[in-house]
Amino acid sequence: MKKFFIILFLLLLGFKTNAFANSGNLVIVTSFSKDLTEKFKTEFEKKYPSIKVEILQKGTPAGVKYIQETKSNNATDLFWVSAPDANEVLKKDSLLFKYTPKVKGIPEKIGSYPTHDKDGYYLGFAASGYGIMWNTRYLSANKIPKPKEWSDLIKPVYYNHVGMSSPSRSGTTHLTLEAILQGEGFSKGWNTMKFIAGNFKTVAATSFAVPDGVNSGDFGIGIVIDFFGLSSAASGFPVEFTYPTITAVVPANIAIIKNAPNQKNAELFVEFLLSPEGQTILLDPKISRLPVNPETYAKAPKDFPNPFKDKSIGKAVNFDVNLSEKRYSVINALFDAMITYRLNELKEAISSINKAELALAKKDNAQAKALVKEAKDLVSKLPITEAQANDPAFNVIFTKSRLDAKDNEKYAGTRQAEVEAEWDKQIVSNYTKAKEKAQQALKFL
Amino acid sequence: MFKNFFLGLTAIIIGLFLIIFLIIPIIQVLYVSFLDPSGNLTVSNFYDFFKSQLFRESLYNSFYVAIMSVLLSSIFAIPLAYFTTRFNFKGSVIIQVLGFIPLIMPPFVGAIAMKLLFGNNGSINLILNDWFGFKIPFMEGLNGVIFVESVHYFPFILVNLISSLNNIDRSMEESAQNLGSRGLRLFRRIILPLSMPGYIAGASLVFLKVFDDLGTPLLLNVNNMLAPQAYLRISTIGINDPMGYVICVILLAVSILSVWIAKISLGGKDYSMLQKGGAGGILKRDFLPYQKKLAYFVIFLILFLVLSPHIALTLLSFGTIWSFSPLPDDYTFGHYKTIFQNSFYIKNTLIYCLIAAFLDIVLAFLISYIVLRTKFKGRQLLDYIAMSSVAVPGLVLGVGYLKTFYSVQLPWSDKSLAFWWVMIVIVLTIRRLPYALRACSAALMQISKSLEESAESLGAKKITIFRKILIPLMTGGLLTGFITSFSTATVELSATIMLVSQQSDAPLAYAIYSYMQTPAGRGPGASFGVIGVIIVALATFATQFIIEKKFKQKKPQTNINL
Repeated sequence: MKKFFIILFLLLLGFKTNAFANSGNLVIVTSFSKDLTEKFKTEFEKKYPSIKVEILQKGTPAGVKYIQETKSNNATDLFWVSAPDANEVLKKDSLLFKYTPKVKGIPEKIGSYPTHDKDGYYLGFAASGYGIMWNTRYLSANKIPKPKEWSDLIKPVYYNHVGMSSPSRSGTTHLTLEAILQGEGFSKGWNTMKFIAGNFKTVAATSFAVPDGVNSGDFGIGIVIDFFGLSSAASGFPVEFTYPTITAVVPANIAIIKNAPNQKNAELFVEFLLSPEGQTILLDPKISRLPVNPETYAKAPKDFPNPFKDKSIGKAVNFDVNLSEKRYSVINALFDAMITYRLNELKEAISSINKAELALAKKDNAQAKALVKEAKDLVSKLPITEAQANDPAFNVIFTKSRLDAKDNEKYAGTRQAEVEAEWDKQIVSNYTKAKEKAQQALKFL
Repeated sequence: MFKNFFLGLTAIIIGLFLIIFLIIPIIQVLYVSFLDPSGNLTVSNFYDFFKSQLFRESLYNSFYVAIMSVLLSSIFAIPLAYFTTRFNFKGSVIIQVLGFIPLIMPPFVGAIAMKLLFGNNGSINLILNDWFGFKIPFMEGLNGVIFVESVHYFPFILVNLISSLNNIDRSMEESAQNLGSRGLRLFRRIILPLSMPGYIAGASLVFLKVFDDLGTPLLLNVNNMLAPQAYLRISTIGINDPMGYVICVILLAVSILSVWIAKISLGGKDYSMLQKGGAGGILKRDFLPYQKKLAYFVIFLILFLVLSPHIALTLLSFGTIWSFSPLPDDYTFGHYKTIFQNSFYIKNTLIYCLIAAFLDIVLAFLISYIVLRTKFKGRQLLDYIAMSSVAVPGLVLGVGYLKTFYSVQLPWSDKSLAFWWVMIVIVLTIRRLPYALRACSAALMQISKSLEESAESLGAKKITIFRKILIPLMTGGLLTGFITSFSTATVELSATIMLVSQQSDAPLAYAIYSYMQTPAGRGPGASFGVIGVIIVALATFATQFIIEKKFKQKKPQTNINL
């Protein structure tokens, strides 16, 4: 028995060592799905047969941690993810290499968002915008109408049918939230967001869980990035996708890592990705991303959205990138505190308000009306003001740079957990009070 | 004392191995929880933890879910264990093989599959709604987590309870019967107490696994439990709040505490039984006809519940589109074609997990020998350290490995040590060592010391004793340890995902994960899952076969005691 195991062990060792001999010479860390990466890998290797591309799939947060932890002896050439903020983190840690592409003809802006990083550390290669996707079978079975705008999602008819991922989990969700906040104003935007959240079935922990839930019919409507909706439909799922008027069209990026082991090959890949050849691959129905090179749209299928022509996509907001970056962490923490972690309390409050309003529509009563308004105001209440959210000193509490702590005199010694515990207390008490007020209102009706 | 010198050296080497590959990586990650914003040592983070209502609630929820899961798992496991050991009937083999299978399913895949069957709009609820106009919220909130966790982990109780019942000395029951004890009284006074060690062992493993499990609550979108809170906080980009790590420390503490409580709850009582009077196990009898029907009904109901993830996974792997309908729209073999073009994932998993499981039983054998048979100082510590890895979240260990080994370069290539595929094997070995260790020390406990002492007095060397006495007598335990480590290693993802540096090194669970992240990849991902289940089922079956062959007369006497 023992001998058998030892022989097996040695055999296995030999077996594995052989497989080890052939290692790639362009290493890409990406959060993109196989559908996208495999296609680019195949085409690129066809063009440059001497280069072998190694694709490492990791979620965006895992990818960032991976690049950070491996910086002492970097083995990665390219970092290829959607979210500009992930690249922003790496850029701040000076882990990215500045590169100016040679390809011409790519506009400086998509919608109101700059295509490339202003300092040239990461480059946009495809645009994507947030929108709403829905499962057609689910909607007709539940007899609910197709939503068109964010404001539609506030309606009570969508109660318990909507899913979204948390902005702290997905950089593009964060930008959508910012688009709503900047488009509608800070407190009005939060109000919209919270009343949409009142209809949530779930706040998903990963961005893919949302299209996945809609595809399988777990919930009917998802707030997702366009390619999830478009590629799900292309894979045959009974789903549809639309852009609301207020949306942020943002570039998905690629960045060369500093001290890349295969610098030349990395540059070749970036050029390939931005060339008309590479951009055309994006039109593949399973990929469905919007090319940043406007010429490519000539080859696109008939109904393919074109942000350069269709001015309604992503134009409604004059997006302020600096503002979004400045308050990035606070906005995410606020969302999690008010929505992700307290979704049940929020939903109970909203459901009571909905019931009261329904009754109010049938029978008018001044006292009930006042109570409902109070309840709504309680739900809308924010634990901090816009000025505080925008205050860089306040933001420092939430960011990692422990070394900067001494520069932060105003909030010296304040810990993120303390702030959040304080918020949580306020939020829970507001939601509970709102629920009580709405129930009181119902008694008058 | 020359022979003790070698044993001592082995103990030190194993200790060093555990320190390097378990303790140091954990400390590398967790020391953050003891730092204040300016980098000084502090415990204020723990104060913050208990001050926050959200965290207190999460702590409470985690306890609640873990305890309820133990109860529900017991409801699944006890009838199955009782039927197989008490009655003569053919279903026993089915139960023992099929009962093991739920463990072989990456939790994240299991939850997806369960959602398709039991979800709010899963097959069952769609049919219920169509026919009767109501739905049952199987998968909502904390109850959903309890349901999925119980289905997944109940085999821990089943396997342990069965072997514990099989180990009851029949003469105990016979003597009680001779003295007039019958029915419930017999059960309450004799069988129940004597089967306690197995039950406690299984129940505490279930408690531990559920308390630390991340995948299931995350997939069911339950965020206010400890493990998901830790994960969400650790993996958020750009935020470096120590609370995630504080939660990890608390998870670790609770887990170690539960192992300790399980240990002392059995301590003080003597469960050992002297020489067996004939065959082991409680008296078997035949079913009455109506009892038989009832038993089969209960068994099939439970088996349907616990195998439902596999049923759904198989449907998914053959289905084309499955959306808001009781069954997939159409069926195809296409997904299996995709996976045979990428068969290296399967090869990698086999290599990694076979090596890891082999290392596990070697380590487990040596550790249990040192703990049970020697008088070295601190030998118990070896046991506790090795066991503590059961409580370390995989993500923490993965990040710890990167932090610790990344800067070490391999001498023969320019790659880092952390990315050498052997590190994946080591991390699997460490993660699954507790299972093998429990099986081995239980097996060793059942071997009388006098056998070794007589051999020694006749001049046998230690190595001869190992080879001629211990290893043959422990085969059952070693194989159980091997198969448990192997099969659970095949579904490990959280630690390995940090250590995969090239696709050609990636194991099966990684492939399932990366396929399942795309709308078109569900089918192929499910097919990979089915292949994984088949591999492990075959391995389990082969092990059972070897054990049965080896012990034609004697039943295998292994249990995973804590």
